[in-house]
Amino acid sequence: MSAAAYVAGVHMLKIGRYPDREVPELGAEALLGALDDAGLTMKDVQLVVVGNLFQAMNMIGQRVVQQAGQTGVPVINVTNACATGSTAFKLCVSAVRSGEADVAVAVGVEQMGKMGLLGAGGGKSVRTEGVIGSGLMPAVFGQAGMEHMRKFGTTPTQFAKVAVKNHAHSVRNPLSQYRVETPLEQVMSARMVAYPNTLLMCCPTGDGAAAAVVVSERKAKQLGATVKVLASVLTSDPWGERDLVQPDVNTLTRNAAQQAYEQAGVGPQDLSLVELHDCFATAELLHYENLGLCADGEAGRMIDEGRTSHGGRIPVNVSGGLLSKGHPLGATGVANIFELTQHLRGRAGERQVGGARVGLAHVIGLGSACTINILGV
Amino acid sequence: MLNDGPMSDATAAPAKTRVPIVPFLELPERGEPHLVGQRCEACGAVYLGARVACGRCCARGRFREIPLSRRGELYVWSIVHQSMPGVPVPYVVGVVDLPEGVSVRCNLLDVAPEPSALRFGMPVEMTTGVSQQDRDGNDVVAFYFRPARG
Repeated sequence: MSAAAYVAGVHMLKIGRYPDREVPELGAEALLGALDDAGLTMKDVQLVVVGNLFQAMNMIGQRVVQQAGQTGVPVINVTNACATGSTAFKLCVSAVRSGEADVAVAVGVEQMGKMGLLGAGGGKSVRTEGVIGSGLMPAVFGQAGMEHMRKFGTTPTQFAKVAVKNHAHSVRNPLSQYRVETPLEQVMSARMVAYPNTLLMCCPTGDGAAAAVVVSERKAKQLGATVKVLASVLTSDPWGERDLVQPDVNTLTRNAAQQAYEQAGVGPQDLSLVELHDCFATAELLHYENLGLCADGEAGRMIDEGRTSHGGRIPVNVSGGLLSKGHPLGATGVANIFELTQHLRGRAGERQVGGARVGLAHVIGLGSACTINILGV
Repeated sequence: MLNDGPMSDATAAPAKTRVPIVPFLELPERGEPHLVGQRCEACGAVYLGARVACGRCCARGRFREIPLSRRGELYVWSIVHQSMPGVPVPYVVGVVDLPEGVSVRCNLLDVAPEPSALRFGMPVEMTTGVSQQDRDGNDVVAFYFRPARG
């Protein structure tokens, strides 16, 4: 059995727009904030892994370190679609578990500006969007929701309730990009983006940065850090029936969940809170089942009964989720670690899940990469 | 096949040719346009487009090209109301399951952009049309699906 890894410090910036600031500066602020939280300095750090998507070719990791303190530390740049930040965290956990590092820091940072929901694409001489279907995320995840509707009779109203819940949760999170309650009527009558996802059922774009300090057991004892990494898992798509045509966010999540529960020695019934990848409202319901929070076909009822609301049996996305807190791609996976750690240390303020012992963070990067990290105290 | 003549000079209009929007759309001189799949000879999995090895069984490089049916069933759909600049909305998109065991992403024609007009599993058939001109002035032929007739 490999050595244990702990989270000794975390930090994140409020997600939003920072047009006057640069990516390395945002990343360095998160990194130094997390080191302060851990009671460490750059001189203690033996590995820095930086997740960033849109500037992945620009050595962002090294430029973050140039802002934060140039000790000559090894730096790895990571890109893995929306799972970029969580993959950076996983690499830090691997380094600590293997004994290669006592102190490793994962940084996720992204500046999306106002590039819009549709971001990528374009540039090709022949247009395929709207000619041979849609590769745009709202439609891709719309279709993933329609598959659930086809199998289990899930309704647009049930999907919309996810947005109602997560927007309501975000009101209590000062780091959330949006903090506005959106009643069901407002969600359902909002402008349709791709059926059944209306505008309020799609995550916004934004800028963000988050960091997490991962340390060995020895270092954790010195620092008094108690949040342990119980599982850290990464999967990709196995072959599937509608391979790559209808992106399958389910199978690789199920595979990751199975591995993560086994590694952690806990089951879904042991979770105090879950931060899962609600890039679109449709996605959240699929993942209730994929993560084993309920039986297959029960996700609609689960949201109807409020079992995943704050105060419910298993609160999901009490941060506001990607739908309201925001989804600065490379930062997202590390922001999840921030959220879990704050709850497990009893420092989540107004949104604290009382007596939180075990938390699960799930991220999907389409193409696909899935990470699941389980933390516990 | 596409431009087998000499490069045209500035005064002569280049001959227009029809080019498929994706390599797995076949536009035969005779007979109907159809999609083609690559079937793994080891396990039978079918793909649109070439693979180095089979994703399902990992067998290397033994694929046979097979013509795909023009009829299939609508697996899932969505209606896109917000798209990239210059793309007319709304449009209906979906995934069609073909009987050869492969699925294809497409736009659906001849159907109202309304949830009430769409049904999981509805029979659909392929059709083709010129979607646009490419940079060289060629007609880019795309495939579409529409509710099956008769």
